[in-house]
Amino acid sequence: MSEQEKKVRRGKEPPKGDDAPQAKATVVEKGKKLKEEMDTLMDEIDEILEENAEEFVRNYVQRGGE
Amino acid sequence: MAIEKIVGVETEFGITSRNPQGFDPVGSSILLINAHEKVQAVKAIWDYAGENPLLDARGFEVSGERERPSQQDNRAINKVLLNGGRLYVDGAHPEYSSPECTNPRDLVRYEKAGERLLEASRTAANETVGPEHHMYLYKNNTDGKGNSYGSHENYLMARSVPFERIVDGLTPFLVTRQIFCGGGKVGAENQTEACPYQIAQRADFFETWIGLDTMAKRPLINTRDEPHADEEKYRRLHVIVGDSNMSELATYLKVGTTAIVLSLVEDGVIRKDMALEDPVRAIKEISHDITCRRKVRLKRGVELSAIEIQREYLECALEYYQTRETPPQTLDLLEKWGTVLDRLHEDPRSLNRELDWVIKLDLIQSYMQRKKIGFEDQRVSMLDLQYHDIRRDKGVYYALERQGLVERVVTDDEILAAMEMPPADTRAYFRGMCVRKYGEAVYGASWSSLLFDTGELVVKKLPMTEPTRGTLKLTQEILERSETVAELLENLAA
Repeated sequence: MSEQEKKVRRGKEPPKGDDAPQAKATVVEKGKKLKEEMDTLMDEIDEILEENAEEFVRNYVQRGGE
Repeated sequence: MAIEKIVGVETEFGITSRNPQGFDPVGSSILLINAHEKVQAVKAIWDYAGENPLLDARGFEVSGERERPSQQDNRAINKVLLNGGRLYVDGAHPEYSSPECTNPRDLVRYEKAGERLLEASRTAANETVGPEHHMYLYKNNTDGKGNSYGSHENYLMARSVPFERIVDGLTPFLVTRQIFCGGGKVGAENQTEACPYQIAQRADFFETWIGLDTMAKRPLINTRDEPHADEEKYRRLHVIVGDSNMSELATYLKVGTTAIVLSLVEDGVIRKDMALEDPVRAIKEISHDITCRRKVRLKRGVELSAIEIQREYLECALEYYQTRETPPQTLDLLEKWGTVLDRLHEDPRSLNRELDWVIKLDLIQSYMQRKKIGFEDQRVSMLDLQYHDIRRDKGVYYALERQGLVERVVTDDEILAAMEMPPADTRAYFRGMCVRKYGEAVYGASWSSLLFDTGELVVKKLPMTEPTRGTLKLTQEILERSETVAELLENLAA
C-alpha cells in the first residue's frame, strides 16, 4: 500500500470516544439536508425537462460535425 | 526550456429546434450568429489567406479542397468578436473559438463567455422565428446516434520538438485523462461494446492512432500542421480527443494538466515508458469502466489503470517543478490534479461536485431511483442531453450550479467581462481592441493577421505571427494615441 493510500484510509476512520454520539447526530442531520436538497432538485428537474422526451431525443440528430 | 503554453479551444454546439420537420441546421446557425447586436456590430471578414488545414505535421501536404467562401458568405458565417475570439458556422454547427489565453483559468473564463454569447444570440434569434422553430443549443459531443462533433484544444509548442516525441509522450496521457475530464454518456455508440453509462462522450469515435482527419476515421492524435503563427518557431498542437465540459473545474484540469504534460514533453523529461499496446482500444476500455479500476496493457507487458498512468505523469511533473520557478496557478493545478486522482482511487462517486461524468451519473441515478426507471428510459436520455443545454434557466447543469451543487473556478462577473474584453496578455488583445475602436476600418482578421481599410486603393495587411505580442502592455499606448487606422499603421511603422 502506498503512502497516499494509507493517508486516505486514515482520514476515513470513524471518530472515537466522547465525540461519537454527537458526530452521529451531525451525520443524520447532514443526510436529512442532502435528501431535502435532492428532492428540491428533482422537482426542479421535472419542471425543466423537455416535454415529450422520447420524441425530442429521437429527433436529435447532428450531422456534419468537425 | 519549455515555451509558454498559449492555449485556445474551439467548441462545436449541437443545434436543433422544437419542430425538427424541415429544420435546417446550416441556415439556423447562420441566423443564430447574426442575431445578437453586439456580435453583428463587428463587420470584419475572416482572412483565410494564411490557412492551410491540409498540411500534415509529419511533413507532407494532402490534396483536398480548401475553404474559401465569397466575401458576402464570409461575413455571414464569420464573426470576429470583441473579446478577440471567433464565432462561426462550421459545417452544420455553430462554433466558438476562444481568444488565445496564457493560462487555463483565463481559458475557463473565455470558454464560458462563448456559451453566454451563444445563449444571448439564441434569445435574439428566437425572437425572429415562430415558437415551433425556436432553437436549442447543446454543449456536448454526440447525438447518441453515432454522430459526433468536436471540442478541439490548441497548444502553442516549439517547432524544434520532434512530432514523434509529442506523439509518444502525450498519447498515454490523452487516453487516460478522460477519468477527470470526460463528459459522461448514457450507452455506447459506433459499434463499441454495450454499456449503460460511460466516462467520455467521444471515446467510442476514435478509430486510429495518428492522422490528419477530424471527421472520418478520427485519430487520437491529430496531425494538422497549421500554426497560425511563425511557422519556423512554432507549431500548434491540435488536440481533438477531448470532450466539451460544462464543469469549470473539468475544463481547468483538462487544459491545465495537458499544458503541463506538454512542457514535460518539450523538455524531454518523461523517462518512464508508458506506451500503450493499443491506445485506440484502451481509450474505449477506460471510458466503459466507471469504477476507474480497469487496467490497460502497456507495450512493455505490464497492465496499469488510468489512475496509475496519470499518477506517473503527475509524479514526473512534481519532480520537474521542484527545481523550477513555478507560477501559483501551476502549483494549484498540481495540487488539484493529485487530489482528484486520490479521490478517484478511493471512490469516483465522491467527485459529484467536480467532474462532469460523475455529476451527471449521480444525478441520473438519483432520478432513476425516484422514478423507478432504468437507463433505457427516454427521460434518462433527455436528462443526459439536457445536462449540456446552455440555457441557464433550463439547462440541467445550470440548475445544479444555481443550487450551489457544483464547484466553480471563476465568477459570473469574470465571465461577463470576458464576453467583451480580450485577454490582456496575448495578441488577442490587439485584435479585440482594434475591432472595438476602429469598427468597419478593420476589414478583416484572422489568428495571425489584421486587414485595415485606410480608404486607400488597397487593403493593408498587418501580420501578427507572434502570439505573445500585441498585448496590453505593448500596444495600449499606441492604440490610445491613434485615432484612425491610418494613424495606427503610421505609428506602428515609426
